[in-house]
Amino acid sequence: MVELHEVSKLYRQGDRDVAALREVSLRVAPGEVFGVLGQSGAGKSTLIRCVNLLERPTSGTVRVDGKDMLSLDDRQLREARQGIGMIFQHFNLFASRTVEGNVAYPLEVAGWSRTLIRERVAELLALVGLSDRSKAYPSQLSGGQKQRVGIARALAPRPRLLLSDEATSALDPETTRSVLDLLRDINRKLGLTILLITHQMDVVKELCDSVAVLERGQLLEQGKVLDLLSRPGTRLHGLCYAPFAMREWPANPGRRLVELFLVGAHATRPVLTTMARRFDVDANLMEGTLDRVGGAPVGRLLFELTGEPEAVSRALDFLREQGLSPEERAHV
Amino acid sequence: MSSELLNSLWVATGETLYMTSVAAVLVLLAGLPLGVLLAIADEGGLWPRPALHRAVGVLVNVGRSVPFIILMVAIVPLTRLLAGTTIGTTAAIVPLVVAAIPFMGRVVEQALREVDSGKIEAAVAMGSTHAQVILRVLIPEARASLIRGLALMIISLLGYSAMAGAVGGGGLGDLAVKYGYMRFRTDVMLGCLVVLLVLVQLVQWLGDRLAARFERTSS
Repeated sequence: MVELHEVSKLYRQGDRDVAALREVSLRVAPGEVFGVLGQSGAGKSTLIRCVNLLERPTSGTVRVDGKDMLSLDDRQLREARQGIGMIFQHFNLFASRTVEGNVAYPLEVAGWSRTLIRERVAELLALVGLSDRSKAYPSQLSGGQKQRVGIARALAPRPRLLLSDEATSALDPETTRSVLDLLRDINRKLGLTILLITHQMDVVKELCDSVAVLERGQLLEQGKVLDLLSRPGTRLHGLCYAPFAMREWPANPGRRLVELFLVGAHATRPVLTTMARRFDVDANLMEGTLDRVGGAPVGRLLFELTGEPEAVSRALDFLREQGLSPEERAHV
Repeated sequence: MSSELLNSLWVATGETLYMTSVAAVLVLLAGLPLGVLLAIADEGGLWPRPALHRAVGVLVNVGRSVPFIILMVAIVPLTRLLAGTTIGTTAAIVPLVVAAIPFMGRVVEQALREVDSGKIEAAVAMGSTHAQVILRVLIPEARASLIRGLALMIISLLGYSAMAGAVGGGGLGDLAVKYGYMRFRTDVMLGCLVVLLVLVQLVQWLGDRLAARFERTSS
């Protein structure tokens, strides 16, 4: 759906060039929610603006829906942009227009007839749950309502791609959750591809299928969220989880310290108790977190495994047979 | 004050209104596009043309720095060309317009620059043409400031028109100088002042009211 190939963006600062993006390549598959995670100044906002060419890359290629964006002339670019919705951190609603006027704007630009616009606007306001506020002005809405109008406006011309520029960063946690739910909902219902940038790990965990980590203009890694999260050593894992406290642990085959990452079905099945019963070992939980990633439960545990050395080894083998990858930690 | 003088006050008020309103319409017609150009052609603007922007900027500054009384004399040939004469109320409109256009351009530029660049970015991202951004986003979003600027411009025109009147343009300024000042008719002077004061108040009040109405819904 979106393909960036070795995209670089340089800015002139005084008499030297500063790179906002360095040879960034990424692929967003149709229908997925793709998040670019990075701190402020990492180049996220430049990256997302290179997709609809609000900023032109210095080099590299940008393809959206198969179209080579950089080869389009002005008119073709405007048409392509009408097929790419965008929402913003500060909503960027038009204060002089009512809610319905805002949602109607992209349709006016695209040359829709009045009747069609009226129907479409009503449909969208129903979708985002704001039918009763259609005559209100943005100044009369809460932050969450404003972002809903922003989403309705972005979806109006039936885009196949939605760009989200820190859409929840200015919202409180509860409103953030409801906006994320709405985005997840339209992603599923409409099959809409979403490319978002954020500095919030929670947004990645709750909403994204895939993720790319951006630091100082460079892409460190990209992949499925669960995949990267479950592999200690990835940047995403490191950003998400604080390392377990280091501790001295005597090398003893009958007492081993094990780190385990449980995803999806594993997190809901009683793997540890089954193991303990079958091999007559004890699993003594020392540290751990349980949360949800993309709606699926995910657990990360550190436990002490004690028993007959032979039994402990067999217990670890059992975990591997279950498709888990237990990792032993800290020996001395 | 005799009825004859009251009558001249009446006529002079009409002339002032005529000069000011015709000039205001022309200034708005020219000043709005000029202001739009100044606002969008700047580096990083919607339609960046730095060289053009600098050139127009210098021209506007030159226009604004020439004292009105000098400008009036300097553009006499232009006045004759456009109005057919250099004396009278209609002729006075030419220097009024020439003097106020650069001012209006800056006022419009200022108002448009206050529009949050994020809104312009959103409009561009939705595939708007430049004309659509300007007419459907930039100007409507700036309308409260634009109206305040318009009121300011009309009030300046009232002031300039009094000056233009003094050199043969008719109107309240002319009356105030000829009767009030040269013939020591304090009553005429006061009459002219009162009418001008009422006009200024009226324009300011209308402008504030209209702007406030837009601001209520839009800020």
